[in-house]
Amino acid sequence: MKKIGPYTKKVIEYFKKPHNYGKMKNPDGIGKVGNPVCGDVMWLYIKVGKNKKGQEFIKDIKFETFGCVAAIATSSVITDLAKGKTLAKAMKIDREEIVKFLGGLPPIKIHCSVLAAGALSEAIYDHLSRQKREIPKELEARHQRTEKERKEIEGRYQEWTKIEEEMHKK
Amino acid sequence: MKKKVYLDYASTTPADPRVVRAMLPFFSKKFGNTMSLHSFGQEAKQALEESREAVADIICAKPDEIIFTSSATESNNLALKGVAFANKEKGKHIIISQIEHPCIVESARWLESQGFEITRLAVDKYGLINPEDVKRAIRKDTILVSIIHASNEIGTIEPIEEISRICKENGIYFHTDAAQSFGKIPIDVNKMNIDLLTASSHKMYGPKGAALLFVREGTKIEPFIHGGGHEGGLRSSTVNTPAIVGFAKACQICKKEMKKENQRLSKLRDELIKGIFKKIPDSYLNGHPQKRLPNNANFWFKFVEGESIIIQLDLLGISASTGSACSSAKLEPSHVLLAIGLKPQEAHGSLRLSLGRWTTKEDINYILKVLPEIIKKLREISPFKR
Repeated sequence: MKKIGPYTKKVIEYFKKPHNYGKMKNPDGIGKVGNPVCGDVMWLYIKVGKNKKGQEFIKDIKFETFGCVAAIATSSVITDLAKGKTLAKAMKIDREEIVKFLGGLPPIKIHCSVLAAGALSEAIYDHLSRQKREIPKELEARHQRTEKERKEIEGRYQEWTKIEEEMHKK
Repeated sequence: MKKKVYLDYASTTPADPRVVRAMLPFFSKKFGNTMSLHSFGQEAKQALEESREAVADIICAKPDEIIFTSSATESNNLALKGVAFANKEKGKHIIISQIEHPCIVESARWLESQGFEITRLAVDKYGLINPEDVKRAIRKDTILVSIIHASNEIGTIEPIEEISRICKENGIYFHTDAAQSFGKIPIDVNKMNIDLLTASSHKMYGPKGAALLFVREGTKIEPFIHGGGHEGGLRSSTVNTPAIVGFAKACQICKKEMKKENQRLSKLRDELIKGIFKKIPDSYLNGHPQKRLPNNANFWFKFVEGESIIIQLDLLGISASTGSACSSAKLEPSHVLLAIGLKPQEAHGSLRLSLGRWTTKEDINYILKVLPEIIKKLREISPFKR
């Protein structure tokens, strides 16, 4: 497949014309992942409905992303993959599925797909927490991982602000 | 066909057709080895020495003070490591700045591992070094000061004349990496008290694979490529005659056209900067508003990320570059943008547009037409918009 920069045509298509972007009014859950310091930030909003079987599903989904081509493309893809799925199925979407859908990502950009999958989990986690419902084990584990990563990034940020402060002192 | 607009001349330039014409005979007809005694060799040798004269001429150096190398990276490595090891008896302290090119940064880092000490001078918000800081940083054991002439990223031109005067007064060698300024703005190594200077052919419409290190007569320097003793023993390797002949031709053209071209490019650059400020809210210029290369414009845009801008521009036929972490192999933002005080998230939104010999008014109008739309769209996607 012809590539543009380091990206597949499919990545570029999704980057050029992303689906489901923008803010959502009164969402049922929000997932915020990433940090502007290290590059990418994704905010994912979901609205949850009930299907005929009484299962909860993702009725609507939107994203806002600050970041590179891969970050925008993976955000768009996860909204497409998740829309209409039951929460139980949606929370199983992982980075492999996103990367496969896009026909591959440069190795250095794989973390963008991790971020996108994380944003969706966080949005579902947020919804279940708001409803004071039980959190499935796997989702709880994912949430813990995301929190850990967030703290790591913040640590890095502190390092950076320290360098910055030192530079301004001089 | 899609319009193609190249605005990445600071990265590399196309070879001028006049340069290519000058080079062609040296591939298959005048192919001799400059070290050979026969006529083929002597023909190549003559071309090499004529090239040396032409290249020396543009910076008012003596031909014997020009050492041809393969790249600015090699020249900068030779300058730092060569001077460091040749003068280590005198001292082990070297001064550089925080906005040097990676080949200086990494050479200095390696020298540290070899027992040398490095001071890295901070810059102000425009990227300027204060010569007084150089004075303060000098120690008894300082052997070399190396300061970039004009920043490859933000285009700021450093006050190297003042810095080199301080070095001269203190008996310290002064080296400057002039890869971006050579052939674009006037340089006189004598008036400017420069002991060593790096320049590269492919940044000024010559071919890739040729560069130089100017080494003032009497400078103590060690080679690190040992062999047949080419280039006065400082850089052994069979001479890349076609590339050097091209480099020389490029120098002649630049010298002849410099004044006019500078005026033309400065005007286009200023139109570009004004146009962007007018059409894109929350846009900022990186580097000094006046003390900058005539062909460099560097911005940062709030709420967006540089790689996304680059790819959007590329889809519309425009080539540009960014200091965003997302486009770097290390996922870290440009050290130069951080040094001028940008926050990492601000450095992510940077865009460098560098103009050159074939940039036209139409090109500037084209980018001024499409860039505001690109930034607007990316801001719509971003969570940080106003």
